[in-house]
Amino acid sequence: MVASRTQIGIIAGGLILFGLGLTLYKSISLGLPLLPEKYQDVWTVESKISFYPTDGPAEVSLSLPENDNGWVILNENFASSGFGFTVATTEDSRAALWTKQTVSDFTTVYYKTQVYDQDAVRTPQNLSEELADLPRLSDTQRKAFDLFVKQLREKSTSDTGFVVLLLQEFASGNNQDVEFILSDLHESRVNAIRYLLTFAGIPSHLLRGIQLEDGRRRQVLSTLLEAFIDGHWVALNPADASVGMPGNFYLWKRGDDAVLTVLGGEKSSLEFALVKNSVPIRTVVSMEQRSEEFALLDFSIYALPVEQQGIFKGLLLIPVAALVVVFMRVVVGLSTSGTFMPILIALALIQTTLLVGLAIFLVVVGAGLWIRSYLSHMNLLLVSRVASVVIVVILLMAAIAIVSYKLGIDQALTVTFFPTIILAWTIERMSILWEEEGGHEVFIQGGGSLLVAVLAYLVMSNRFIEHLTFNFPELLLTLLGVILLLGKYTGYRLSELYRFREMKKLA
Amino acid sequence: MIHLVSPKTLRSLGIVGMNQRNISFIGKNNQRKNYRLVDDKLLTKQIAIDKGGIPVPELYGVVSYLFEIESFLKKIRHRQSFVIKPVQGSGGKGILVVTGRDGDKYIKSSGARIDDSDIRHHITNTLAGLYSLGGRTDKAMVEGLIDFDPALKAYSYEGVPDIRVIVFQGVPLMAMMRCATHKSDGKANLHQGAVGVGLDIATGKSVCAVQNGVVVTEHPDTGAVLTTLQVPDWDKILELAASCNAMTGLGYIGADVVLDRQFGPMLLELNARPGLAIQVANQAGLRHRMVIAQAIVASTDDPAERISLAKQRFGALVAAATTTSFG
Repeated sequence: MVASRTQIGIIAGGLILFGLGLTLYKSISLGLPLLPEKYQDVWTVESKISFYPTDGPAEVSLSLPENDNGWVILNENFASSGFGFTVATTEDSRAALWTKQTVSDFTTVYYKTQVYDQDAVRTPQNLSEELADLPRLSDTQRKAFDLFVKQLREKSTSDTGFVVLLLQEFASGNNQDVEFILSDLHESRVNAIRYLLTFAGIPSHLLRGIQLEDGRRRQVLSTLLEAFIDGHWVALNPADASVGMPGNFYLWKRGDDAVLTVLGGEKSSLEFALVKNSVPIRTVVSMEQRSEEFALLDFSIYALPVEQQGIFKGLLLIPVAALVVVFMRVVVGLSTSGTFMPILIALALIQTTLLVGLAIFLVVVGAGLWIRSYLSHMNLLLVSRVASVVIVVILLMAAIAIVSYKLGIDQALTVTFFPTIILAWTIERMSILWEEEGGHEVFIQGGGSLLVAVLAYLVMSNRFIEHLTFNFPELLLTLLGVILLLGKYTGYRLSELYRFREMKKLA
Repeated sequence: MIHLVSPKTLRSLGIVGMNQRNISFIGKNNQRKNYRLVDDKLLTKQIAIDKGGIPVPELYGVVSYLFEIESFLKKIRHRQSFVIKPVQGSGGKGILVVTGRDGDKYIKSSGARIDDSDIRHHITNTLAGLYSLGGRTDKAMVEGLIDFDPALKAYSYEGVPDIRVIVFQGVPLMAMMRCATHKSDGKANLHQGAVGVGLDIATGKSVCAVQNGVVVTEHPDTGAVLTTLQVPDWDKILELAASCNAMTGLGYIGADVVLDRQFGPMLLELNARPGLAIQVANQAGLRHRMVIAQAIVASTDDPAERISLAKQRFGALVAAATTTSFG
């Protein structure tokens, strides 16, 4: 036994030292900050262009993001197997150009960029204030336009007021005039608004960009308008009638030209995968600059595609949660229902936020237990009973989602992040526990699981921990070492100091 | 205010905690491959009869499949009393005790009446693995109800009192009697509120008693005074328990023994992961005893010698002397 203890001690010590050493080396010699002074949201935007080829050579041209859109580009990557590739730069725009003589299959090319918000004022320069061309309008259309514009002009005193009213009428969706204009024009809302602006003598152009949402996989370009109102260019959002540039809007293209053109292809699509990392810019910049110098850095998580980066961001936190579980069980002596069930709950809590998640969990498990107590009278076979509980849980989740959505509580929609099967088994176990050992034990084990889950959640959602695990994945080895050592811990659990309290009288 | 005891005190008393039990006691002495001998109560019964010549409660039958339930119900119709257990159950879960009949109904130890459909439900659950280790599908076994020694009648409420002896390589380390209470629902499980009475290894007399980790002096339901308890047939019990190590190949186990009015001590079941509450019931730690037991094992191979040395070393008088020396 001594031998096995020493062996584990050496292995664990080696792992701990190696992990810490590598971390320190990266931090001290390579200048990656351990305790980052300033975090900034760095968005990784991966654009995916796919198309089915037609006969002849294929030429894909993608306008690249504007230079003066208020965002700083950290780096750019282009992936294009077998394509000739160039970046065409003109005075005020850049475009990526992929070309190939023959393309035989469904094809995808990628453009990946990492950007961060500079908080700089986004002043468009030398924009043409000319009115856009109006399409040929029929007499009825012209009359309808005229009437509608007059109506709005009467209600407003300035261009700004007019534009706001116009957007609101379109967003409300129940204005007769708007419906008529739309059905007569056969155009999108955005275009219809533009025509009306032009008709009213207000210059405008399109703004194409991405509404940034962390973890989104198949985001598409959204279209805004920019209009020259009362001497300023102002961004307009037709979807919600808001004025001004929305937050987290990554402006891709200003103006009416196409963003993507594909020659020699059809059914082309442009989709974006988005991941947000809260990282110190210094880390990223120094990593990028030195990744060619040091192979070590080139093999970091940042080298992976965005989608995988996002997944690893979550995965790398699980070992930390596992350590929490091991510690709470082995050193504190808390009993939980199911060894790693708390981690799964904690993962769900990250998606739902703490209080909402706890409320949903308690409601689902509580209601599930109630229904399960009825099932237990029906004398069902175990597997069918658990399967029934699974269905009941899904129904409950659907009910919660629908009811809360109708009540306007959007947060409860996150109920879907809870792992169904785990919830069902939790209900089944708790219910058996209730029948066998009484409500007291259910309370202790359920409470223990929740407490551990909350602790794991708090640790996992800590920005410092996230920064460490993501930027210094070698710390996992250190964690492994610590967990190995805990596996050989023969000391008392904290709970045993209470359990054996009667022994005090002897001492 | 919660009263805690310091780890230092626990260490000086030789109290073994859960972590130490798992690593140093169970992990080191019990090989995994032998676990099934004790986890499967049918196997335990089999080897007890074949290898040890140890008396066990009579086996009325085994239900392995759902379709056997109906014929089983017919088979037990003439039985006045019986016990249904999951073959691979743990912690006293899923044990249904029928103590008598009332027409078509069965009377449970609590006095509640149940019928065929309740028994069917219970067996269905058992077969599906509801009460079993790791939730594996299981079998249900039906045994004769122990007609327990009337000397112990007053110490148990609605249940059979059993005697847990922890043995290491043929050396009895510690023993306690577990008495069912109203709170434990007739089950002799300390975890569920049964009373544990620590027993002097030398004599089988009570040392101390606890319920839910708190020292008590009388049975909460029957009012029987626990301090004067004396387990009959003590030497036989020790001998029976001590022979279980060799029989199973497991170095550290808890043997659960019941005293039958007619047949004397019988082996009820074995446990490869015996609990730690026995230390509180005995007001003594297992670690010091383990150290001494290892010396005893090293000194002699004779089973009888090991038991008698254990009685000498772990007897209440010696224990008292050690305790005062600590004070």
